[in-house]
Amino acid sequence: MNEVLITLIVELEDRPGQLLKVLEPISKMGGNIVGIVHQRGKKTPLNRLPVEISFKIDSKKVERLIGSLRSSGILVRSFNEVKLTATTSVLLIGHLIHTDISDTIQSIDIDGEAECVEMHVSMPEISGPSTAIVTISAAGNERLKEAVEKLREICRRKKITMIEPINEDLV
Amino acid sequence: MIRIAIVGFGTVGQGFAELLERKREEIRKKIGEFKVVAIADSKSSISGEFSIDEAIKMKREEGRLRDDRKADELIDEVDFDILVEATHTKLDGGSGLSYIKKALKKGSHVITSNKGPLVADFEGLMTLAEKKGVKLMYEATVGGAMPVIKLIKRYLAFCEIESVRGILNGTCNYILSRMEEEGLPYEQILNEAQELGIAEADPTYDVEGIDAAAKLIIIANTIGVDAKFEDVERVGIRKITPEAFNVAEEKGYTIRLIAEVSKETLRVSPRLVPLSHPLAIKGTMNATMFKTDTAGNIFVAGRGAGKEETASAMLSDLYDIYVSN
Repeated sequence: MNEVLITLIVELEDRPGQLLKVLEPISKMGGNIVGIVHQRGKKTPLNRLPVEISFKIDSKKVERLIGSLRSSGILVRSFNEVKLTATTSVLLIGHLIHTDISDTIQSIDIDGEAECVEMHVSMPEISGPSTAIVTISAAGNERLKEAVEKLREICRRKKITMIEPINEDLV
Repeated sequence: MIRIAIVGFGTVGQGFAELLERKREEIRKKIGEFKVVAIADSKSSISGEFSIDEAIKMKREEGRLRDDRKADELIDEVDFDILVEATHTKLDGGSGLSYIKKALKKGSHVITSNKGPLVADFEGLMTLAEKKGVKLMYEATVGGAMPVIKLIKRYLAFCEIESVRGILNGTCNYILSRMEEEGLPYEQILNEAQELGIAEADPTYDVEGIDAAAKLIIIANTIGVDAKFEDVERVGIRKITPEAFNVAEEKGYTIRLIAEVSKETLRVSPRLVPLSHPLAIKGTMNATMFKTDTAGNIFVAGRGAGKEETASAMLSDLYDIYVSN
């Protein structure tokens, strides 16, 4: 089973029992609710409440679920699949700025299936080596390993020391 | 009567001889009577009638032993059951390799604390020992007192060892854990380690991961991975900045020099280690994590160096030779 993380935004009428009409079908199809954000302050002109629901579900069931929500009268504003489910951090030490850090980071981009999602650079002296911790997310562990391998290669070329985590099950 | 010859009479050789003397009674009870019949260092030797204490005293006071007879002649000419080889590590095997070969060919067991010969010719030495029906024991070459080799060979005998990851160099671990604690640059902590005698005046062998890589090769071959020193992907710790520990900590990591062997990997490199991970140990300690098919994860830790620690590992080899027979 290929599980994906879905972010669904629905507009609900502001009366009791509406949220349940969305949650029940998700749950029945084996979806696992990760989070619900209720935006009470953001009522639409039609007096509806936008609600953001995140859940994990088998990718094959997504279309059927959305269809059944729509046919039961739920207003689905948007839904999108978050593909990047595997994440790891690596540490880079060296002349990161002089060797074009954005080029370094972009090197891991695999058709949107892996990317740098967070970076923290520490640069104590302008001429000295700087240190960065880079968080990479990818669509699954295989893609993540590929991305890390690409980064390793470019770091070797740019003489940047790359420090990888020891956790073998990249989370 | 077990007749023991010792070649290499520096810190390790003397430490072993002292421990033999101190534990004489226990050794007698557990494996039987023994006698050290010959000792050699790089330029002199002693054999025939002498006591361990006498030899140590002579070496300390005069810097040499009684006779001029060289180690290789001694191995050829004196009868013994076990050679204890404790000369300094040279990665090409050095004279230690020829001493071990000579002894094995003669049909005597060997206990070594010297990584060099095993790194240079693991397969050759093991084949020779097997052919001669004797044992070549080398617990002290990896991780000092921390049980690694016999743990693999005995306790994990029927496990498939999927990976071994370890901290195999106390000097690097001291430097990294001090950098973590103090937020000071590498050079400064290295100086501190040198003053404390934890790091050598020329620290290359440790900080470039050479020592850890040599130990990794021994572990790799012990678990059945045919690997040579040159195959190890090796990165040292010199380039690690104090800031690295700060940014790593924000994500819940520290940094340690990890030696790793698995089917796909053979490398010694600084790695991010989760702060709560057992390998995130501090100081000069050594630690190893074995991932196995049936026993799950096994973790061991202990002092990786030191005269008595090394000697205790060699004594455990002596026990193993006689008790497992």
